[in-house]
Amino acid sequence: MSGGSDVVVVGAGPAGLAAACQAAESGARVLVMDDNAAAGGQVWRGEQGEWQERFARSGAALETGRAVIDERVRERGRTVVLATGARELFLPFPGWTLPGVVGAGGLQALIKSGYDVAGKRVVVAGSGPLLYAVAALAREKGASVMLVAEQAPGAAVAGFVRGLWRHPEKLAQGVGLAMALGGVEAVRGCWVEEAMGRGRVEGVKMRCGRRVWEESCDVLAAGFGLTPNTELAEMLGCHVRAGAVETGDWQQTSVEGVYAAGEVTGIGGVEKSVVEGEIAGLAAAGRRAEAERLFGRRAQWRRFGEELGRAFALREEVKRLARGETVLCRCEDVTVGQLRDRAGWREAKLRTRCGMGACQGRVCGAITRTLFGWGPSKPRPPLYPTRFEDLFSD
Amino acid sequence: MTAGAPDVLIVGAGAVGAACAWELSRGGLRVSMVEEDVVGSGATAAGMGHLVALDGSEHEFALSRFSQGLWAELLPQMPREVEHLQCGTLWVAADDEEMSEVRRKHGYYGAHGVSSEMLDAKQLAAAEPELRVGLAGGLVVPGDSVIYAPAAAQWLVERSGAAVIRGRVERLNGRTAWLGDGTRLEAGIVVNATGARAAKLTAGVPVTPRKGHLAITDRYPGFLRHQLIELGYMKSAHAGGGESVAFNAQPRKTGQVLLGSSRQHGVEDAGVDRMILSRMMKRAVEYLPGIGELQVIRCWTGCRAATPDGAPLIGPWPGEDGLWLATGHEGLGITTAPGTGRLLADLILGRTPCLPAGPYLPARLCHG
Ligand SMILES: Cc1cc2nc3c(=O)[nH]c(=O)nc-3n(C[C@H](O)[C@H](O)[C@H](O)COP(=O)(O)OP(=O)(O)OC[C@H]3O[C@@H](n4cnc5c(N)ncnc54)[C@H](O)[C@@H]3O)c2cc1C
Ligand SMILES: Cc1cc2nc3c(=O)[nH]c(=O)nc-3n(C[C@H](O)[C@H](O)[C@H](O)COP(=O)(O)OP(=O)(O)OC[C@H]3O[C@@H](n4cnc5c(N)ncnc54)[C@H](O)[C@@H]3O)c2cc1C
Repeated sequence: MSGGSDVVVVGAGPAGLAAACQAAESGARVLVMDDNAAAGGQVWRGEQGEWQERFARSGAALETGRAVIDERVRERGRTVVLATGARELFLPFPGWTLPGVVGAGGLQALIKSGYDVAGKRVVVAGSGPLLYAVAALAREKGASVMLVAEQAPGAAVAGFVRGLWRHPEKLAQGVGLAMALGGVEAVRGCWVEEAMGRGRVEGVKMRCGRRVWEESCDVLAAGFGLTPNTELAEMLGCHVRAGAVETGDWQQTSVEGVYAAGEVTGIGGVEKSVVEGEIAGLAAAGRRAEAERLFGRRAQWRRFGEELGRAFALREEVKRLARGETVLCRCEDVTVGQLRDRAGWREAKLRTRCGMGACQGRVCGAITRTLFGWGPSKPRPPLYPTRFEDLFSD
Repeated sequence: MTAGAPDVLIVGAGAVGAACAWELSRGGLRVSMVEEDVVGSGATAAGMGHLVALDGSEHEFALSRFSQGLWAELLPQMPREVEHLQCGTLWVAADDEEMSEVRRKHGYYGAHGVSSEMLDAKQLAAAEPELRVGLAGGLVVPGDSVIYAPAAAQWLVERSGAAVIRGRVERLNGRTAWLGDGTRLEAGIVVNATGARAAKLTAGVPVTPRKGHLAITDRYPGFLRHQLIELGYMKSAHAGGGESVAFNAQPRKTGQVLLGSSRQHGVEDAGVDRMILSRMMKRAVEYLPGIGELQVIRCWTGCRAATPDGAPLIGPWPGEDGLWLATGHEGLGITTAPGTGRLLADLILGRTPCLPAGPYLPARLCHG
């Protein structure tokens, strides 16, 4: 079905919806594909809001439950906008594979899909603003949040917060979160060293500088920030630098006819995603003058993203939490000790099976990149496990 | 020869290069290797690792059978990562015509000391329950098995004690190899073991690439019990040009299912071609209706080194003094690597060859 649409958008998060709205409102035939059951992406999942309503009126078509697994997406339309977002970065520490230890975004998604946290003791640890959002949500749903631990030093985070006056929307969000957190203890310069328990997590060992203590809990939500989902872009041949898709003024990638917008071009939050999506949508529909008017707003939110990245940069200590016997590749049970001294991803893979399981390096590859400075090469189809029959039917 | 230079420099550390290093070291020679990627790369990291006795010709059988004997000595010493699975091969016959081929094969194997067992339709269904009903029967060869070849190559290289130099050879002759960074490596003799790329380094070597596609699933322990191959496979494997697809499905020790097997002659790029994969898939569903439900986690390709007469090139290269070849193993080089190493070492060391060398000598394809 070649050229069915003018613009095909992959991902129905903030960036994808904004791109689709702008392109469709400009008269383009737009198709949005997303692997989730509903539009919204990570942050608006299952919610109704301004952009969702606008999208519903835009005339753009939506295919949900539809993972884009290979380069055939290019056959669906003339231009493609990649708005594939980001995923959580995990880092291994002793005990991180115990049941009851989940990602921070993972806990958020679990709660949103009905997981009952009422009465559970929850520790939230790792890095980034997401920790506070998760803690607030857990608390709202009746959990006792014992502690929110941010690994970044207090001074860095305080500097970031002081800079928020430049981004009033974020300041308001921050104040809202602080209120939702109530009396929850939030510490900085503090990280989880180990999760302990027999059969499932029962407590965590925390460290704050020299101070080390144990905190009992039923759930540990640990996330170390976000990492862009660049796999589809790489498969299409787009240049990726420092883990993010490179884009030009119009959000165009290095591949003719392929645009990218949102977290996939660099972590910066929902406002950056929306404005990049709008620019990509307008440019893809040929309305560059309108797109250009948004450059100022984009610059502002990119700055915010950079400040965010600096403030929440990972300290070396959290990259050294794992012991030799700590599992790094969960699909294939490969330990940190088996991987530490490898020359690179290919050697690691051929010698240990690291990255050869169902995740195909999405989880472990981001970890090896952070810990050792090397990760997977260009992905092979399918991007996600796919039934044989679906893979080869047209 | 420069002081300190090795007796032999092997270019390429795939399964074949690794087996040559092993045998030459055991023969008392000092061996170095150059590999541009990781030990066990190339086709070795792409292929299925089925250790199978094939009877496409007398010399194919002789080398694969002899090599299986060497594998039987090596495998018990090798580590868990080699993932050795003694699953046997089940050649599947779709109809009566193919059943007559089963009988022929059974006779041939029997006469050559390979045990095999003929199955009728009912026995076939019992042996491999996922196969569709209505197939005629098959032949089980229990001595065949499956390995993860890169791990075996790594073990052979490590145990051989050969020094491995990381680098890409740009040019070579019978005593010297030049790396991309300008380094010059000297040796008593040089072995070109670069698989499908052999002709890039030694002009005139009659090796051409033959691309194959593969797809692997998530873990489904018990889905398959044997390596399954349709009897038409040999026709496909030995066909000359063009494209062909044959049903070839393998159980891995991990519980995964690995699906082959396609051949595209003269195609070198590593990209995945959906049309070919789709034909492979359709062929597989004709035999294993349930395979359509399994989750595929990765598809990739590899390049076989094809020769005009289908036999490998093992021995001195007539065009260049001191230059030896160990390449051209097409779709059977994992199986035949140990025999290749042994034969090459016999020839280099002047020992009585383990097999009559004639059918494998590069000189056979050099006319005038
Ligand atoms: C786990 C997690 C939790 C977060 N929680 C918060 C929060 O609480 N508050 C906040 O402000 N920000 C949060 N963020 C950040 C927020 O998601 C982003 O700022 C914003 O959603 C980015 O928008 P986007 O459109 O770039 O990506 P996303 O919202 O991530 O949307 C991308 C969409 O594309 C889909 N997709 C990706 N690849 C494919 C493919 N190959 N085929 C089909 N569909 C595909 C994804 O499933 C997803 O629906 C979170 C991020 C993550 C990863
Ligand atoms: C799809 C497919 C399925 C297969 N299935 C089977 C099977 O089931 N059973 C079986 O027995 N065989 C099988 N084979 C065949 C088998 O994989 C090959 O015959 C075997 O791997 C050949 O090994 P090799 O060492 O000659 O070449 P390769 O494994 O290709 O090794 C050559 C090495 O040389 C290196 N190299 C190349 N050029 C240079 C250079 N200029 N400088 C430095 N290094 C260089 C490469 O990096 C590589 O590591 C299959 C092959 C394919 C493609």
